[in-house]
Amino acid sequence: MNYKMMGRFVGWILLVEAVFMLPALLIGLYMQENHAVKGFILSLVCILVFAGILLRVCRGASSGFHAREGFVCVSLSWIIMSILGCLPFYFSREIPHYVDALFETVSGFTTTGASILPEVESLSKSLLYWRSFTHWLGGMGVLVFLLAVASAAESRQGFTMHLLRAESPGPNVSKLVPKMKTTARILYCLYVILTIINVIFLLAGGMSLFESVCTAMGTAGTGGFGVRNDSIASYSPYIQNVCTVFMFLFGVNFTCYYLLMLKKFRDVWRDEELRLYFAIVLGSIALIVLNLRGYYPTLRETIRHAAFQVVSIMTTTGYATADFDLWPGFSKAILLSLMIVGACAGSTGGGFKCVRILLVMKNLRRNVKKVINPQKVQVVRLNRQPVAEKVLENTNAYLAAYAFIFVVSFILISIDNFSVTTNISAVMACFNNIGPGLEAVGPTCNFSAYSVFSKIILIMDMLAGRLEIFPVLILFTRSAWRHR
Amino acid sequence: MKIIIAGDGKVGATLVRQLSAEEYDLTLIDVNVNRLESSSERFDIMAVQGNCASMEVLKQAGVEEADLLIAATSADEINLLCCMTAHGLNPRLHTIARIRNPEYSGQIYMMRHIFALSLTVNPERQAAVEIERLLKYPGFLKRDTFAKGKVELVELKIVGDSRLCNVALNDINNVVKCQILICVVVREGKAVAPDGNFVLREGDHIFVTASSDNLTKLLKNLGIITHKVKRVIICGGGTVSFYLALCLQKSGITVQIIEKDRKRCEFLAALLPSASIIEGDASDEHLLESEGISSCDALVTLTGLDELNMIISLYGNQCGVPQIITKLGRMTNNGILDNLELGSTISPKELCSNTIVRYVRAVKNQTGAALTVHSIADGQAEALEFLVDDSTLHCNEPLKSVGIKKNVIIACITRGFSQELPNGDSSFKKGDIVIIVTSGQVIYQMNDIFE
Repeated sequence: MNYKMMGRFVGWILLVEAVFMLPALLIGLYMQENHAVKGFILSLVCILVFAGILLRVCRGASSGFHAREGFVCVSLSWIIMSILGCLPFYFSREIPHYVDALFETVSGFTTTGASILPEVESLSKSLLYWRSFTHWLGGMGVLVFLLAVASAAESRQGFTMHLLRAESPGPNVSKLVPKMKTTARILYCLYVILTIINVIFLLAGGMSLFESVCTAMGTAGTGGFGVRNDSIASYSPYIQNVCTVFMFLFGVNFTCYYLLMLKKFRDVWRDEELRLYFAIVLGSIALIVLNLRGYYPTLRETIRHAAFQVVSIMTTTGYATADFDLWPGFSKAILLSLMIVGACAGSTGGGFKCVRILLVMKNLRRNVKKVINPQKVQVVRLNRQPVAEKVLENTNAYLAAYAFIFVVSFILISIDNFSVTTNISAVMACFNNIGPGLEAVGPTCNFSAYSVFSKIILIMDMLAGRLEIFPVLILFTRSAWRHR
Repeated sequence: MKIIIAGDGKVGATLVRQLSAEEYDLTLIDVNVNRLESSSERFDIMAVQGNCASMEVLKQAGVEEADLLIAATSADEINLLCCMTAHGLNPRLHTIARIRNPEYSGQIYMMRHIFALSLTVNPERQAAVEIERLLKYPGFLKRDTFAKGKVELVELKIVGDSRLCNVALNDINNVVKCQILICVVVREGKAVAPDGNFVLREGDHIFVTASSDNLTKLLKNLGIITHKVKRVIICGGGTVSFYLALCLQKSGITVQIIEKDRKRCEFLAALLPSASIIEGDASDEHLLESEGISSCDALVTLTGLDELNMIISLYGNQCGVPQIITKLGRMTNNGILDNLELGSTISPKELCSNTIVRYVRAVKNQTGAALTVHSIADGQAEALEFLVDDSTLHCNEPLKSVGIKKNVIIACITRGFSQELPNGDSSFKKGDIVIIVTSGQVIYQMNDIFE
């Protein structure tokens, strides 16, 4: 293991985090929120000291950096970034327990949006901003940001591919252009532009600047932290619809936007994952609208709520305009299934990802056919291209790991003696980076009732979900840490 | 600049290494996924899998926006088809094709015209020319020429009883009694740009620039015997051997080629009437003895296997062959080879990729580009040749008042027919040819050397 090089990366990431904390500090100073300002300053000192020590100790790193270093480096960065990123909540005493603060921050960075706060409106504005900002940074990924701003010498080497693979969601991550730095810049440019458009649309709906920025960041990262206690429910129908559209947009693979920029409309139109994503969203909305007849006064309102909830759950955002825990069982079942499906690969959303569902189903179909006709040689295709067997193998392994972690976490948090529905939906909501679940963790409730142990399990679930399991699992394998 | 490299073989991989260090946008095409994966994990490049002559694959690699295409797959015909297709898709594109089949060598110029190629490269031919030069000028491990052959850069290894051993560079001209400049020293596998107090030790490899006359003097004063090569044994009857035998035949040198394959022997015998072609295994000591290895003037090992070449060369050294040249296809001179007595080593892929890199740089900056580029010391340093023109800064100023970047050495200034090894009082004048040796820095044009 090249510990020094990893140390340097973590050090740089902490510096990035410190820089991004400054706007929150300025908001605190402007609003004269003394506790929050104190919290931010103390945290900044901690982060800078830690980063300084790391960068100093890890001088003169050798260049050997391989797949395992890349994976370990990504998950370590996320963990350390969260451990230090939650300090403002803790130091300002607005979230008095450290584990609660950590839960809230991990939930932010992993774009989960699960909260332990019974009501958020009492939080200082600067902390609310920081909470929403963690979504934005976590959505596209902090290492991708680092690659976009890194010096040419560090990003020129091929190993940066390992970092992109470990941090970006999807079974088959590839670069958009030959240079990693340019790829990272294009991704962030698209991300920033879409976020700004979102803010403008929200402002046009009469939302205050602060609230629209926070809401837009929560939408962009497909996070789900709102600035009001009832999430998006008390806003006008216009704003709710804007949120629906943008949540949907941020759940699309960013490669599609790049292809649109290049005017390759045909490639986008033919993208099977995008088609499946559209189909699932439209189908679910239709089914829920049929199921919800009579719940809301007008059809229009029913469609609005159904669309909002479906898109919010499918993209793993977790905003809510209605308490879907009160909906009929069929609608709840659909929403629960959508939790697993998740958004597209290469988007900011979490979950199992549409493309993996496609691959798993196609592979299943092939195996069924194989039983009928054992001699037949069959190739799985995606977007008319044959899929490498290695990718299929990885996808199956991912499915296995996914099921295993899901079951283990479910059993472990059941110790707290909540209902089975609560526990299952809590694990689903955290592992798939959604936020709200059903019953005791439903849209109007929160995770504060769980014990410290369960919260730590859920924190690990959120990280595993965001980084797509393997980088986190590698942390727990002995052979990754052994010297070669 | 966007560059597409088709073929991730030996030349392709060397090119990727050299070009990715210079921050071009590289896209690599190959049919083999595993090769592509290992390349894309080591370098910041985009990999496209497929047949490089297919339009679909070329489009996927972004040929429409590319500036340069280098076709270096193992088949000449695919290279040509690839360049032709790419040129059809993007007429602005510069194309470089590797063409190495000797049967095409006579029609290169016509093919360049028909296929609109900017450059063709032939690694085997280049290697043969290089070997011939080494044979004509023995004593050096490597030899590169600049300023149309007037200035040379040679690699020498310091042996224990050499007069250069334990000499500080300040005193070097008193010891060798001629004008030379040591620009790079490779010690324990690391290249350093030495200063005046640097003391040479046994085992160092030194890169010396001097004019051709001074080199002859250097050899004489160092006691390195130069003798005329009259009989050469070549092991392996590949393409390099063919080109080499052709060159040597012309200069009246007796050539013996040992080749295992009967068909190939017959083919060579038909094309090379004055060479003696021997069918047999070159690793067989008895065969080498019976062909008179102990009395030949030079042994050149050119089989397809690096290991075999090394073993035969070591055996030749044991037999006391005065000059040995070893071809290495895969490894280049890294640390392990240093302790072996392999004589000069030659690597066709490096020669070929040097040529291409030079062309790439010339495309990048139309004016002020290097006239020649030689990668030396296992790619750790580079020797470049520049022409001083109107755009060059600091003309006519003494060098001591001009800030020159660290790790850049001005090795030689050629003015008309005279060569000057520069000191603090030297200056550049328009029309000069300047040779610059740099380690660890990429120099694209002359003005890059100034602070």
